[in-house]
Amino acid sequence: MRRGEATLTAAASAAAGRPALEVRAVERSFGHVRALRGVSFALDAGDSLAVFGPNGAGKTTLLRVLAGLLHPQRGEVLLDGAPLARADAAHRRRVGLIAHYSLLYDGLTAAENLAFYARLYGVAGRDAAVRAALEGVGLADRADDLAGTFSRGMVQRLAIARALLHAPSVVLLDEPFSGLDQRAAAALRDVLMRLRAERRTMVLVTHNIDEGLELATHVAIQVAGRFAECAPVDGDLAAYRRRYAEATAARG
Amino acid sequence: MGDLLRAAWAIAAKDVLLEFRSRTAFVSALVFTALVLAIFNFARDPTAVSALDLAPGILWITFTFAAMLGLNRAFGLEKENRALDGLLLSPASRTAIYLGKMLANLVFVGAVEAIALPLFALFFNVPVLPVLGPLVLVIALATLGFVAVGTLMSSMAVNTRLAELMLPVLLLPFLVPPVTSAVQITARLFAGRPFSEVGAWLRLLVGYDIIFVAACLLFFESTIEE
Repeated sequence: MRRGEATLTAAASAAAGRPALEVRAVERSFGHVRALRGVSFALDAGDSLAVFGPNGAGKTTLLRVLAGLLHPQRGEVLLDGAPLARADAAHRRRVGLIAHYSLLYDGLTAAENLAFYARLYGVAGRDAAVRAALEGVGLADRADDLAGTFSRGMVQRLAIARALLHAPSVVLLDEPFSGLDQRAAAALRDVLMRLRAERRTMVLVTHNIDEGLELATHVAIQVAGRFAECAPVDGDLAAYRRRYAEATAARG
Repeated sequence: MGDLLRAAWAIAAKDVLLEFRSRTAFVSALVFTALVLAIFNFARDPTAVSALDLAPGILWITFTFAAMLGLNRAFGLEKENRALDGLLLSPASRTAIYLGKMLANLVFVGAVEAIALPLFALFFNVPVLPVLGPLVLVIALATLGFVAVGTLMSSMAVNTRLAELMLPVLLLPFLVPPVTSAVQITARLFAGRPFSEVGAWLRLLVGYDIIFVAACLLFFESTIEE
C-alpha cells in the first residue's frame, strides 16, 4: 500500500460498517504478571481513544499489541475487520506508532532517518515525502543534521514525522507529550488535531487527562490490565477526573 | 521478491553508513587484528615450529575473533532508541531484516579480512600471492558460513544482559566445522598441495553454508519476535 491508500482502506471499511480497529478480549501476560486482562473495544475511522491509567496498568503493552510488536495470548486485534496477522506487511503499513522511544538512529541525519523508513514502507516519491514530512513538523531547516544532536522536543517531532510518513490509517501514541516544552507540545497538539480532521483512527495512552480529553472522542480508564471504563467522551471532564482518581485509588 | 531485496538492501546500506560514520567497530577490529598477529609473531619460536605450520591456525583465529567484534555490533546498534521496534513495525519481512543484517556483516568482516590478509602475509612471510585465488574463495565460503550463524546468534544475544559475552559462548561451537575446514584447506594451499586435495573439506564448507544459511533464515523470525 502506498501513500493515501490507508485512507481509502479506512473509507472502504467505514462503508462496509466494520470498525477500523477492533480489540476482542485480548489477554497478555509476562510470567505471573497479567498485563492485559480481557481488553475489548472498537473504534470507527476517525475515532480517537484516550487511555488513562496509572503506571503498570498495561497501557504500553496494549499499544504494543495493537502495533503487532507483541502477540496476544488470547483474543484478537482486527484492522478493518481482518485479524492482525503475524507476518502481514499490508497490516503493518496501516499502523503508525509514536512510542516512548524515538525508534530513530542517532548516527543518521533527520532526512536519512526518514528516507530509510520511507524505503522500508515503499513510500512513493520518497524525497518529496521526506521533505513534506520534515516541513510538517518544522524540521526542514535541520534536515541534514544528525538526529543525535537534536533536543528532546526535536527528536519527538522527528519521531512523529517517522510514524506518519507512510500515511497510516491507525495511529498509536504512547505518552507523546512527555518531556516536551510548551511550544513543542502545542505543535504536537496541532499535528494530532490535523490527524483527527483527516479521520485517522487514534489510540493515545497518557497520564495527562486534560490533553487526552481534548484530543479524544472516546475515553478509557485502564487499571491492572483491565478497562475499568470505556465510553464516548460526554463533556463532563470533572467526572472523568474523579472516576480516574477513584479507579487509581481502588487499585491501591 | 522485489520488496524483500529492496528492504534488505536498505537495512544493509543503513548499517554500513552508520559504521562508516562511527568506525567504532571497524577500527577496534583492525587494532585487534594487528595486535593478535604481532603477538603471535613475536611469541612463536621460529627454530622450533615453522611459520607455515602455525600460520593457517593463526589466520583463522584472527579472522574469527575480529569478525565477532562486528557481529556484536550488528543488532547492538538497533538497541539505540529501540530502533529494532521500528524495523519490526515496518512491512519489511523478517527474512529481509536478516538478509540486510547479514549483508552488512559480510561487508564489515570482508573489509577487515581484506586489510588483515596483507598484514598476515607481512608478519608470517607465507606465500599468499601464488594461492590468492583459491585462498580468497575459501575465505569467502568460510566467512559466509560464520556470518550467517553469527547474525542469528547476535539477534539472540542482543537482549541478554551480557550480550558481548553471550555471543562467543553461543557462536563458537557452531564455528568449529567451517573454521576447521578453512584451516585445513589453507594449510594445504600454503604447503603448495594441489587444490584437488582439499575437495572433501571444500564440500564440507559448501554444505555448511547451504544448511546454515537456510536454517538461519528459517529460525530468525522466532528469535526476533517477542
